[in-house]
Formats: sequence, C-alpha cells, structure tokens
Amino acid sequence: MMISSPHAHDRSSVERTMYLVCFALLPATLLGFYLFGWPAINLWVLCIASAMAGELLCLSLAGKRLSAALDGSAILTGWIIAMTLPPWGPWWLAVTGTLFAIVIGKHLYGGLGQNLFNPAMLTRVGLLISFPLEMTTWANVNPITNATAPGFIEGLEITFVAAPLSDALTGATALGHVKTALTASIPSTVSVAEIFSVNDALTGFTRGSLGETSALLMLAGGIFLIWKRIIQWYIPVALIVTVAAMATLFNSIDAERYAPAVYHLLSGALMFGAFFIATDPVTSPSNVKGQLIYGMGIGLVTFTIRTWGSFPEAIGFAVLFMNALTPIIDRYFRPRIYGYDYKGAPLKVAKE
Amino acid sequence: MTQQSYAEIWADGLWNNNVVLGQMLALCPLMAVTTTASNGLGMGIATLAVMLVSNMLVSMIRGIITPQVRIPVFILLIAAMVTLVDMFLNAWMHELYQVLGLFIPLIVTNCAILGRVESFASKNNVGPSMIDGLAMGIGFTWVLVLLGGMRELFGSGTLFADASLLLGNSFAFIEMTIFPDYGGTLLLILPPGGFICLGLILAGKRVTDRKLEARRNAIQGSLQEESA
Repeated sequence: MMISSPHAHDRSSVERTMYLVCFALLPATLLGFYLFGWPAINLWVLCIASAMAGELLCLSLAGKRLSAALDGSAILTGWIIAMTLPPWGPWWLAVTGTLFAIVIGKHLYGGLGQNLFNPAMLTRVGLLISFPLEMTTWANVNPITNATAPGFIEGLEITFVAAPLSDALTGATALGHVKTALTASIPSTVSVAEIFSVNDALTGFTRGSLGETSALLMLAGGIFLIWKRIIQWYIPVALIVTVAAMATLFNSIDAERYAPAVYHLLSGALMFGAFFIATDPVTSPSNVKGQLIYGMGIGLVTFTIRTWGSFPEAIGFAVLFMNALTPIIDRYFRPRIYGYDYKGAPLKVAKE
Repeated sequence: MTQQSYAEIWADGLWNNNVVLGQMLALCPLMAVTTTASNGLGMGIATLAVMLVSNMLVSMIRGIITPQVRIPVFILLIAAMVTLVDMFLNAWMHELYQVLGLFIPLIVTNCAILGRVESFASKNNVGPSMIDGLAMGIGFTWVLVLLGGMRELFGSGTLFADASLLLGNSFAFIEMTIFPDYGGTLLLILPPGGFICLGLILAGKRVTDRKLEARRNAIQGSLQEESA
C-alpha cells in the first residue's frame, strides 16, 4: 500500500459500520423475540439465511469474491427486513422478500453501494402491495415466557404450515385502527384513546412489525449510532420535526380528524425509519443541506399518505419516493469544492 | 441501401432487431396489456395485422408520396387499418374487445408500426415489406405472449386464462391453472412487475447473444486452424 502524507484513519470500514448497525438493532430485536415468541425467531433466522444465500448466489454469478458476502451488508438487509415483517408471517414471505431485496433490489443495480433504492424498503413495499392480507395480519403480544405462547414446535407450525391465524390471536395496529375508525366516522380523538397508549408505544408492548414496536429502543439505537458516528443527526431530526410539526398543525385545526403528534411519532415504523432506514448512506443525499431536505421530504410524504392516503403506514413509500429524488437533490446541493465556486468555476485571484 | 435477404428480414424481426427486445419500442401497450398471456396474444395479433397491411400499402405507394407529407399519409393509412381491426374485434370478438378496450385504437400511435413503415416499407418493394411486417409482428407477438405468460403464471397462478374468448371454445383446453389455491402476487400484475419481467427477458436475450457470438467465434477459429 502507498502511504505518504500523514493520513489519519479511524479504522472505519464497511464491516465495522454494518455490524455496529446490527448491534444497535439487537435490543429491539430481542424485545421482538420476547414479545412475539418462536415464530418471530424463525422469521429472523429465515431472513438472515436467505439474505446470505442470495448474496452468495449473486456474487458467484457475477464472478466476484465470495468472501464479500461477509461484509455484513447482506446480513443487515435481511435483518432490517425481518424487523419490518409481521411477526407471525409465513416463511415464504421472509424468503421471497429477502431474495427480492438482495437479487433485484441490490445486485441487479451492481451490488453494494450501487443501488438507487433502499433494498429493504423495496421488499417492504413490494410485499405489502403483493400480499396485503399476510402483511397486515398482526399477532397479539404474547411474551415467550407466557404459558399460552406458542412453543418451539408450535412456532415452526405457525411459520411453515401457514395456517391462517384466528381472529383471537390477531388484531389491528394503532395506525390501522385509527384509519379504519375514521372511515366509519369515529373521530380520531376516540379511536386514538382506544388503542394508543404512550407507555406501550415507548416500551413496545403493542401489536406491530417484529422489531419496530418500541420507540424507546429505536431511539436508543439511533443515538448509539450517532454517538459512534455511523449516522449523522440531520436526516432523523428533519424527518421527526417535519412529522411533528405537520401533525401538530393539523391537530390544532381539527382534532377530531387529525391525530396528535405524539401518536404519529411513536406509532408504526417512524422511529425505525428515521434512524435505521432513511440514514442508509447509499440511497440518501451526501451533504448536509441535501440530507435536511431529504429528511423533510420523507416526513412530508409519510404524513400525507398516513393522513389522506389509503395505507395506514407510509415510511416505506416515503423512503422510496425520496430515494428516487436523491440524485436530483445531490445535483442541486453540491458542496463547494475548495478553490472553486458553487458552479465549479475556479475562484478569481484577487488583484493586488 | 442494400436489399436484405428474406432470411435476414426474418431473423431481424424475430430476434436480432425485435420490436421490443432490439428496438425497445411499443413499451406502453406492452406494459398495459400483458397481464395475461391471452391478452398479450390478442394485442400481438391485432398489431401484427395492422403492421402487415400498412407495410404493404406504404410500399405500394411509396413512389408517389413526397417526403414532406409522408408522416401524415402514413398515419392516415395506419389509422384506417386500426379502425378496421377495431370494428372487426368489436363485431366478432366482443369479450376480447372489452378486455383490450382502449389499447386497440392506441395501436395508431404505436411507434413500432410507424417505425417499420418509415424505416423499411418506404424504402423497399412490396414483397420484402410484407415479410418485414409479418416478421416484426410475430416478433412482437411472441414477446407479448412470453411476458404475459410470465406475469400471469407468477402473478395469478394461471396460464392462458380466457383464451377461448380469443380463439374460440375449441381452444378452451389451453386455459390452465398451474398453481391452484394461489393467492396471487399483485406486484407482477401491476406495471412494476412488467418492467421487472421485461428486464429479465432483455438480460436473457443478451446472455444468449453473447453465447451465440462466442460459439460462432470458436467455430471460425477452428476453421481457420484447419485451413492453416
């Protein structure tokens, strides 16, 4: 290796970044395992395994080094997909979804760092559009230590035999419940009070995707990543502030129609999306102004779809939408290069 | 322009310069109607008929059209043909007409047809022009059927559903349900699925072309060795 000038290197690498993000996801994942039991563990294992299988397949087809599969990016993609799935979903949801993300979402674009869209969110949206029933069947919270929780064998049955879950075991998420209530002209003041409690949303003891339910653990993971300088605060803060501001504004106009900000911030995938999805370095803008606009855009689209669209949750759609705008944002918010003006022309030398 | 042999015209239309796989034209009707193989087949045959007849007519009158007015004349001829096909389908294949609906009149604006008329029929005699229309039309049709089949198979688990609307009741036997109790994959029926499947087919064509090329080079190489 050629090393001349005194370069400082902080030993950052793809591997270190990926495994630190996995580490930040660990508490929320363990909570998901605890709340939803063996079926959730099965799904997580399936996602990671099929992500590795897809990665190895694509690397060998493309004639690349197979050891590149160990860089952690495939594991992280599989992990994030597992976090977004309904915890008692059938096995094929995890396998087809993860293969879709790795093969079509990542490697067809050229592999790590080349993809236009966030692979995990492509999968999330693709699965939601393709299999609306399976993707919105939310298991009740039934901690693994409970006597009524499914054991290991029962868990395998739930994941692999894919019998439809009975209504007694499932229910609506907070976002879904409030949305349905509004169409039945029940004001959101009533429906939010019925299903949403700040404590449950913070600790995660509520129905939802496998690893997204606890806003507090998401926040903790996010702050850990900011502390480790894996992500910067611009995108999450812009996103959260935008959603909070819009929710507060509309809530103050008509509280019966528009739910309060705390409900929007702590429900669904918002915290997860803000800290773990939107901050993906490949698919987000590369400088501060661009990142602020990108975060605001995600917040805006999310709030718009949640409030006036037909889907209860919208982080996936919003992230993909802003992913598509990222190249143009990068183009208009280029940083100035030292010695050149914003347009790339050299600065004029001052006359003496 | 050197005249192509009939074999070259066929090879161009069916594979090398295929409307979709080579020229990347006519993607709008391609995405819109290929949700089932039968719809693709119906659209393909309608386009084939229009292509054949307009190529023939244009090559017959190409001597008397001045370059300045050629595009309006071509479009008028194509529009007349499409109107005939439209009325024919409405009269004799009404169910299929209702499925394909808006996309039949839109064949007029199908850039592939104007493209063949402009780049081939206006420069060639009647015989080659008709063969070109036929080859291009069949090339378009098989891609439509393949794409429709892929999307139908994985999107709704059937193949050639409602084919009897198109081909008559004697062909009802080709309507197949491949995966019974299949819930369906809506993504493949929606436009993104069309683009993903088309991308895979295009990749398949390029891989095949590369292998053919390699084999041709290998044969030439061995021939040269023998002669040397």
